[in-house]
Amino acid sequence: MSERMINSSAAIAEALAEEMARDETIFIIGEDLVAHGGIFGQFKGLPEKFPGRVIDTPISETCIAGAGLGAALTGMRPLVDMHFADFTTCAMDEIINQTAKIRYMFGGQVKVPLVIWAPDGAGLSAAAHHSQSLEGWFIHAPGLNVVVPSEPADVKGLLKAAIREDNPVIFFQHKKLFAKIGPVPEGDYIIPLGKAMVKRSGSHVTLLTYGSGFYMCMEAAKELTGMGIEAEVIDLRTLKPLDFETIADSVKKTNRVVVVHEACLTGGFGAELVAKISSELFDHLDSPVLRVAAKDVPIPFSPPLEKFVLPKVEDVVKAVRQVTYR
Amino acid sequence: MSDDPRTLLALYRTMVTIRHFETLAGELFAAGKIPGFIHLSIGQEASSVGVCSTLRPDDYITTTHRGHGHVIAKGGDLKKMIAELLGRKTGYCKGKGGSMHIADFSLGILGANGVVGGGFPIAVGAGLSIKLRRADQVTVCFFGDGASNRGTFHEALNLAAIWKLPILFVCENNCYASTTPTAYACSVTDIAARAAGYNIPGVTLDGNDVLAVRKAAMKATDRARCGEGPTLLENKTYRRRGHFEGDPQKYRDQAEVAEWEKKNDPIQRFAALLRHKKILTKEIEKKIQEQVEMELNEALAFAEQSEWPHPEEALNDLFVNP
Repeated sequence: MSERMINSSAAIAEALAEEMARDETIFIIGEDLVAHGGIFGQFKGLPEKFPGRVIDTPISETCIAGAGLGAALTGMRPLVDMHFADFTTCAMDEIINQTAKIRYMFGGQVKVPLVIWAPDGAGLSAAAHHSQSLEGWFIHAPGLNVVVPSEPADVKGLLKAAIREDNPVIFFQHKKLFAKIGPVPEGDYIIPLGKAMVKRSGSHVTLLTYGSGFYMCMEAAKELTGMGIEAEVIDLRTLKPLDFETIADSVKKTNRVVVVHEACLTGGFGAELVAKISSELFDHLDSPVLRVAAKDVPIPFSPPLEKFVLPKVEDVVKAVRQVTYR
Repeated sequence: MSDDPRTLLALYRTMVTIRHFETLAGELFAAGKIPGFIHLSIGQEASSVGVCSTLRPDDYITTTHRGHGHVIAKGGDLKKMIAELLGRKTGYCKGKGGSMHIADFSLGILGANGVVGGGFPIAVGAGLSIKLRRADQVTVCFFGDGASNRGTFHEALNLAAIWKLPILFVCENNCYASTTPTAYACSVTDIAARAAGYNIPGVTLDGNDVLAVRKAAMKATDRARCGEGPTLLENKTYRRRGHFEGDPQKYRDQAEVAEWEKKNDPIQRFAALLRHKKILTKEIEKKIQEQVEMELNEALAFAEQSEWPHPEEALNDLFVNP
């Protein structure tokens, strides 16, 4: 498969164009999609290529999410664009009570091929209602797959897998990463859900991360090399189902772990990772597992405030030095 | 429109089936055989039957916590229903749903719902799916007066209206949302008046007159199938039982309940009409009663003889190909 350098927005559009050409039950529904190909240009070209299958809605997040579910139950394969991940809060009944549970509570009668696509993340001075990282909430709801890709190739491969999945998937993408460029394979490139990837190998410490945390960890790893510390960076990519095998293999090798995510600390996915590692890999640990995360406040507006709240490369470096006693 | 005697008797029979089913469910609950809690639709049979009698097997419905009648009227299997109420493995949802979560996707029953107003968005999705597939099905969204105060009602009616979706929004105004009287909780006397806000037809009906409901539903389904969009029907009826079985009902006078029972029972009213038309003879009435009772006895025996689910089965059915 030949690769080109494209950004994440282009990777989304390419994945969807390929999938929509293959399967006419796929459609996209959400606010402000047609005029600009989505507010981040993520669906550029699709409204023209697939007339009637990219559907603009009024501002009705509750019904947009629920309509995706209703269509998924009746033979379609929708992608619901939540506009901003923060607005999933307006559709929590539809996502948590209905979408996640419907197959189970009806005894497995039906499949729910629905992708809920939600741009998340901070760093743009978008303040408290347009900056959250909410993956932890959805991981806590049985019945959903949770995907948080970082690099453009992951975006393409995982989005194609999510679209083909017969179970609901909530697909978070960090807003600051849309413009990130990377090599992306042409054609039918699929990354199965539930597969993490070791993106940098190292022997001294394992950095477990996803989404924007991936880029932070890669930068930190570079700095750490200068201190003689080789970090192994695992991009989890899918948080649920979790590829614990890849995590365990790495932890058994490095014996030290730092978890890095942009979501705030308390009750975040990092807590789950730490618990799982301490209960299943305790004998392999040489130091406590540390978490690097945002501070426990809403995301503030003013740049110095926001910068202070969000985790930084230097926080990752500091945590690694702590677990390696350097 | 005039229905032939056979059709009229079929309507009557389905209403009687719902009444007997609900009565039996109440007895089973009182006897401690149904875990959890149940909500009965006794006195609201004309709405379920009148509306569903206009539907095809491939049409969809979304129903509510008070949904047994809708499921039966759409052709639901009594055996699987009772087995589900009893929490058995052979129930519609293998015991995972119970009274508030019965669905039969093979009959277009997209599910009862434990969340009041939870069906609106799903119905919009089913309607949108019909439109995208260029099919001529319709979706019926049953809900109560209480649900019409939720935000989902507003979003759904607006979306269905702007996209001209083939949906019947059927409000069963039974005078109470749990303990709260409709007259207190709604800004309008007739829920159907809210249709004006969405520029769609809104029709208030005597919801205890099965033929009036059927006639209005037929008009609305025809309109929906022709691509002309949604209709809001309001079936004015009365919730004769408590919100749930065991409800102390301090919010109303039992004389009010007795009055509705005596003067405005949908089954008695329809039976009187059919007797007057000489369609329902004493003999046929007795035969229907016996048949329905037999069917329910068989369903109950099936349910009671069915196995409980194995505890570990609680871990199945969350995902396709787990």
